[in-house]
Amino acid sequence: MSGILRLTNVTKDYPRSGIALRDVSFEMKKGEFVFLAGHSGSGKSTMLKLLAMSEKPSNGEVRISGFSSANIKDREISKLRRRLGIVFQDFRLLPDRTAEANIAFALEVTGAAQATIGPKVARLLTQVGLASKATAFPHELSGGEQQRVAIARALVNDPFVLLADEPTGNLDDRATHAIYLLLREINSSGTAVVMATHDISLIERTGLRFLVLDRGNLMYDGTDVARLRADMRGGGR
Amino acid sequence: MRLAWREVLLAFRRSPALALLSITTIAFSLYAFGLFGLVAINIKAALRTIEDRVEIRAFLVNNAKDEQIQAVMTAARRVPHVASVGYVSPDSAMQRARAELEEFRDVMEGTLLPGSIELRLKEGARDPEVMKQIAGQLQTYPIVDDVMYGREWIEKLYRVRTIAGIAGTGLGFVFALVAVIIIGATIRMAILARTREIEVMRLVGATNGFVRLPYMLDGLLKGMLGGVIAVLLSWSTNRLVSRSFMQTEFFTTEQMLLGVLAGALIGLLGSWISVGRHLRRVWQDR
Repeated sequence: MSGILRLTNVTKDYPRSGIALRDVSFEMKKGEFVFLAGHSGSGKSTMLKLLAMSEKPSNGEVRISGFSSANIKDREISKLRRRLGIVFQDFRLLPDRTAEANIAFALEVTGAAQATIGPKVARLLTQVGLASKATAFPHELSGGEQQRVAIARALVNDPFVLLADEPTGNLDDRATHAIYLLLREINSSGTAVVMATHDISLIERTGLRFLVLDRGNLMYDGTDVARLRADMRGGGR
Repeated sequence: MRLAWREVLLAFRRSPALALLSITTIAFSLYAFGLFGLVAINIKAALRTIEDRVEIRAFLVNNAKDEQIQAVMTAARRVPHVASVGYVSPDSAMQRARAELEEFRDVMEGTLLPGSIELRLKEGARDPEVMKQIAGQLQTYPIVDDVMYGREWIEKLYRVRTIAGIAGTGLGFVFALVAVIIIGATIRMAILARTREIEVMRLVGATNGFVRLPYMLDGLLKGMLGGVIAVLLSWSTNRLVSRSFMQTEFFTTEQMLLGVLAGALIGLLGSWISVGRHLRRVWQDR
């Protein structure tokens, strides 16, 4: 497996709130699933922002799919975004559009051919298990269902990496597990997944690689769940 | 482009009150500008009418010979600023005086009025300096007894025109600036109402140009509609004033089109600035 994203000695310093990430390095391979663990304010979201090139590091380099934070141009960022999928804790769906319209919108704005939009939306809704809720508005869906729509939207461009920022943060245990299984299924088809979470038990159950962040420092990178509990208990604010 | 137009129509349909507010604000900003423009063109027209009456009159000595008079008139015609030169004989002057001052008809019996040469100047050449210079030239002819051109009156008229010009440019600029600021603010409100859409567009990889396009069209459309309404409001006001108070001039077709175009441009400019600022903010926040 080859590396698809790499952070090299990355520091992110915000002028007002201070250092959010300090000298962080890590690499991820194609098709890998990695958790980002840490308490609120540990730097998980900042790392995802840097990976999406929403922000540039104060020091170091972020390299993803051949694009480097050191020299990426604004117009190249939209190209990169078409190769990424991004989901958030609060879903960020358009409230006045149905589930299928939310997904179709993402295809339309990236210039997909009109004839391909309908079939692709139907396929994605089936993939996330919401074929029967295509015409439902977000307020008519449960939290878990809304997150499924958001995931379907993130998949419109067949991304090679899916960045998920606390996607289960607003969900109960059952919905959390269902979303995790969906992300694993997506991952098994070759899409790498970076999932930020503070749900220790979820990470423990999976036995997958995780990174622990604490106040901007990378405390651990591996699969040893004993370290996870120790680092998470020791850190925080 | 089809998607962009659809988004514009959707925005109108989803928040008609906001769209209406934007259009009304643009319309009234341009209306205020239009009313000021109407006042300005009517003041200019009034000054032009007054200026048309401006003339230089050279009174001749009693024994001036025809060839001497002709020589002065030929010389006057050669002056670049002069539009027309006419001769009023003593008899014509008397007839004119009797017609204009009928109540003094008896007093004028047996009186001899001097003949005169009347000069009208071209538009744009009726300033006090030019008139003074021409009057001075006429005064050098021996057959010219006196030259009158209402010096003080001309100087006052010229001063009023200069002040009106400066005030007009200044106030026009202020009105236009206020219109741009108000329009920018209303378009910004419309953009804030669609923050989530912009965010989604950016997330899935829409280009800046693509994100901007619906808002630019939105601004263009609102600006144009506002411009058309402003022209209609100005026209109604002008018609009301013309019917009730005094005959006034209205904009030419070109000026009206320019008004609508100005609305469209202001709408575009307001959108461009507002979306640009918003795009930068979304970029930094995410």
